[in-house]
Amino acid sequence: MEEISNMLREIKKLRLLAVLAAMALAAAACGSDGDDAAASLDEPVTIDYWLWDGNQQPFYETCAADFTANVQPNVTVNIEQFGWGDYWTGLTAAFASDSAPDVFTDHLARYPEFVESGVLVSLNDFVERDGVDVNQYFPGLAELWTSPDGDRFGLPKDFDTIAMVLNTDMLADAGISVDDFNNATWNPQDGGTWGELIQRLTIDANGVRGNEDGFDSSNVAVYGFGLEGNFGAFGQTTFSAFAASNGYQATDEPWADSANFGDEALIETIQWFADWIAAGYITPIEDVESLGGTTIFQNGGAATQTNGSWMISTLSGDATEVPVEYGALPVGPIGERRSMFNGLADSITTSAENPEAAWEWVKYMASPACQEVVGGGAVVFPAIPSAADIAEAAHASNGVDVSAFKVHVDEGTTFLFPITDSASRIEDAMGPVMQQILRNEGTAADLIPPAAEEINSILGS
Amino acid sequence: MTAVSPDVGASETRPKPSGKKVQNLTGGWPVAFWFLLPSMVGFLVFFLLPTIRGFYLSFTDWNLIGNNGKFIGLENYEKLAGDDQFYASMWRTLKYVVINIGSQTVIAVLIASMMDRLTRSSVIRGALLLPWLMPNVVVALLWLWMLDGSIGVVTEFLKFIGFSDDLAFFTDTGKVIPTIAAINTWKYMGYTALLMFAGLQTIPGTVYEAAAMDGATEFQMFRKITLPLMRPVLALVLVITMIGSFQVFDTVLVATGGFGGQPGGPVNASKVIYLYIYQNAFNFNDLGYAAALSVILVLILIIVTFFQLKLLRAGESDLA
Repeated sequence: MEEISNMLREIKKLRLLAVLAAMALAAAACGSDGDDAAASLDEPVTIDYWLWDGNQQPFYETCAADFTANVQPNVTVNIEQFGWGDYWTGLTAAFASDSAPDVFTDHLARYPEFVESGVLVSLNDFVERDGVDVNQYFPGLAELWTSPDGDRFGLPKDFDTIAMVLNTDMLADAGISVDDFNNATWNPQDGGTWGELIQRLTIDANGVRGNEDGFDSSNVAVYGFGLEGNFGAFGQTTFSAFAASNGYQATDEPWADSANFGDEALIETIQWFADWIAAGYITPIEDVESLGGTTIFQNGGAATQTNGSWMISTLSGDATEVPVEYGALPVGPIGERRSMFNGLADSITTSAENPEAAWEWVKYMASPACQEVVGGGAVVFPAIPSAADIAEAAHASNGVDVSAFKVHVDEGTTFLFPITDSASRIEDAMGPVMQQILRNEGTAADLIPPAAEEINSILGS
Repeated sequence: MTAVSPDVGASETRPKPSGKKVQNLTGGWPVAFWFLLPSMVGFLVFFLLPTIRGFYLSFTDWNLIGNNGKFIGLENYEKLAGDDQFYASMWRTLKYVVINIGSQTVIAVLIASMMDRLTRSSVIRGALLLPWLMPNVVVALLWLWMLDGSIGVVTEFLKFIGFSDDLAFFTDTGKVIPTIAAINTWKYMGYTALLMFAGLQTIPGTVYEAAAMDGATEFQMFRKITLPLMRPVLALVLVITMIGSFQVFDTVLVATGGFGGQPGGPVNASKVIYLYIYQNAFNFNDLGYAAALSVILVLILIIVTFFQLKLLRAGESDLA
């Protein structure tokens, strides 16, 4: 799979070069044609819609067919799907060459940069005119897509949270139940009762467990906890739940002019991970980088991991041999568990030739009619509570208990994805630093503060 | 050095062109124009225009996604002068070039002279070219898997013959640049050797015969005949391969950063100058700054090439 996606990326790159060459030509030959086609629904029109999750595509195809059949007979939706990495490269190139799709699935980490570049259409007038109820979604989701100027750039389609992913065979061998994890506490000093569980689940090459005498930390066969991937700056599926349960939040508010990366609560969390990697209880970052954290988990190299709700169908799917159950995140020093709350939305681009038709499609996807179809697919949690219940029921009928993911929304123990206007630069400043700390090539206390200052100067400018 | 310039003698003995011949020459121009047109169009559209536009963009704050920007004078260049990341990525690129060109040239010279002196088998020649025929992305992926610290066939073999752990190649900050350099040496050595082999063909066989008569060994002949006489072709090959080497990009993009990570890792250890330019343009949307970086890179390459050609006296041959 990875080869194919890399090859696709390469093809995409060639296409990009062609686009750049064409750009040079176009810029030299002609100005941009500014005439917008008359926004009307009276004549047949085709909307290009992009998404990255292949698992969801069939359900949106159903939505699109229903949309044309029941809502707007003149509007046909053409859905295109690209892998996550190619998606954003392709979108950048498409914007640069004025060939962007009319509507696309947008991500909180990316949309501020699109807003800054002025390529998204504000939905305020549409929402007001058609009286769309932005309170029909889970609280907070709709507001994430509003810029400081009050412009709305997307309508929520789904949300995701984080939970513990547990290999139940390995838990049984160690005499641990899913409830032990649900009741565990964690702290960045000794790891708490959660840390004890992780130690018990770790087994070295001689079969000695991590909590027993003679454990060989340099020759580990099964790690108690597996990192899902590289930390990056925000650690959505890795450290964010732990740091947040230690009282850390990356930014005080969306679109903030400064961030809290220098916070001691973050520094001691990251250092704890580095220490426990060195002690042999958590997968080494080198292995995670080369194989991927989920691959390691699915091959029995780690007994547990944290992962996002969008991975449920992959982790619990028919093709996997690892028996999986989902457990709650540990309760941290603040006395609560915390999951990052992230949501996707559909945005309209300024390249849309018929914004009216594009809006009708966005509105339909953000409505119960479509979200209930998507919820029934048991792939993601739709943004509308009734549709999310359908998704939970669909998972349950597949024999998968997903309450560990949904409990955060029901109990209000989520924190919002940090929205900033410079996510790429922040990743670039903090990502390598995290890699260095996890390799134990420096301490968090030495390395994070300078990068935190750099990030504040990026955000302040 | 030769005392008489051949040009002087030639012009003296050249017959005065008759009027008819001049007419023929000028009459040839329209035809030549049509023959040159296809490549001129390509040159204009894909080379000259983008170059001029790139140069212009380097004086703007052009936003890639928004596709707009304004003139900001020398601001990009001022920023560049104080940009630690620029110097760091140039330094990494330089390390890569030294390792890559150093090993590749030595190996290629040896292969070329062996092809010339020992065997003329076209099968062997073809086999040497095979890595060069593979697409870069395939090569990068192939080695990424073969050198993987956990499942790679090469690392398994190394463990089997007694190397201990710590065999991470792409995920070790100290090993990633030498690893990429070695992969590209493997890929390009056959092609480079073939270029040199072509140059070796210009050395008359009589020189070797004479040396053999005097009892010179194969190694002495290599040192005293082959190396000095192939200097002009060596200079040309070095210029070509070094410019190519400075532009290392696809191997880094494909093989580093791991799953979902940013290419250039780990810990920026493989963030070479081309990757930094790419990142500025396509991750940060700062096409203006990326253009300024590219302009500086072109200047550096021009200077490097100029000194290479000077130092290696590429225009002269010791055969004359």
